[in-house]
Amino acid sequence: MKMRHTMLLMAWAVLALQARADAGLEQREGALAAKLRCVVCQNQTVAESQAPIAKDMREEIKAQLAQGRSDAEVVAFFEQRYGSFVRYTPPWRPSTWLLWCGPFLAVFAGLALLRRTLKQRSAGAMPLTPAERERANDWLQQTDEENRP
Amino acid sequence: MRFALPLAIFLALAVMLGLGLQRDPRALQTALLDQPAPVIARPLLEDPRQPFDQAALRGQVWLLNVWASWCAPCRQELPLLVEFSRRDQVPVYGLNYKDQPDKARALLRVAGNPYVASAVDADGRTGMDFGIQGVPETFVIDGQGRVRYRHLGPVTAEVWQQKLLPVVKAVQ
Repeated sequence: MKMRHTMLLMAWAVLALQARADAGLEQREGALAAKLRCVVCQNQTVAESQAPIAKDMREEIKAQLAQGRSDAEVVAFFEQRYGSFVRYTPPWRPSTWLLWCGPFLAVFAGLALLRRTLKQRSAGAMPLTPAERERANDWLQQTDEENRP
Repeated sequence: MRFALPLAIFLALAVMLGLGLQRDPRALQTALLDQPAPVIARPLLEDPRQPFDQAALRGQVWLLNVWASWCAPCRQELPLLVEFSRRDQVPVYGLNYKDQPDKARALLRVAGNPYVASAVDADGRTGMDFGIQGVPETFVIDGQGRVRYRHLGPVTAEVWQQKLLPVVKAVQ
């Protein structure tokens, strides 16, 4: 009786471990598919796309992970065949520096321009000299008198 | 004068984006350029008991045309390939991609058969090794077995004259 219990427990443990390993693989498969571009649909990842080639790519990812390949190896497999185009996130290399830095450069340039403009504007709002103030008051009084009925 | 700088920025952006729109992001040269062509370990369409003999093609320039009977542009391309390959003496081999051999053979009977031989890539795995995006695609492979050019889409008279043939002549 005790023997049977132990066997059952062991079988259950094996199954549970297996299920956990499968879930781990599935998660990695999903993550990889989300990192690769569907080569026929450009703006969709392999995970999102319903194109037959994306389905083939998902199958390939699954098969390679099951064989024990690492994530990097799988990405390299596709990159060797389809070029870096297949990576949804472009690699960091001299030809992509502008691509990666461009948005930040644009924001900094905009901020610098804003700062300059604001500075110029506040520099323009200088306090009046006493003479200027007197002339302004004269004008105001004149217009007040003219407007009186 | 006030608007000179914004106008200049706008024009520069417009020109840059306009040029970008003219380009086809899919028309990238193959990642396999100047690399050894992937191994085609596949049976022949004509005789499934025989393997595609890629090693025998060493020493000559040949074209690999990826095709399928379900691909409409391929049907139009087949008679042209028959004509051009005969006229210019360029051997064309086929990779029958994700197709049913019966239908593939039937199409060749109707539309003409430009291929010295076709390899059957039933599950598309060899196509993946070649990094193909769609059917048809045509590769130029040189005497050392390296990929020298890839054309996406159907071969037309212009494509043959202006793209494929010059590469073939250059690597021969």
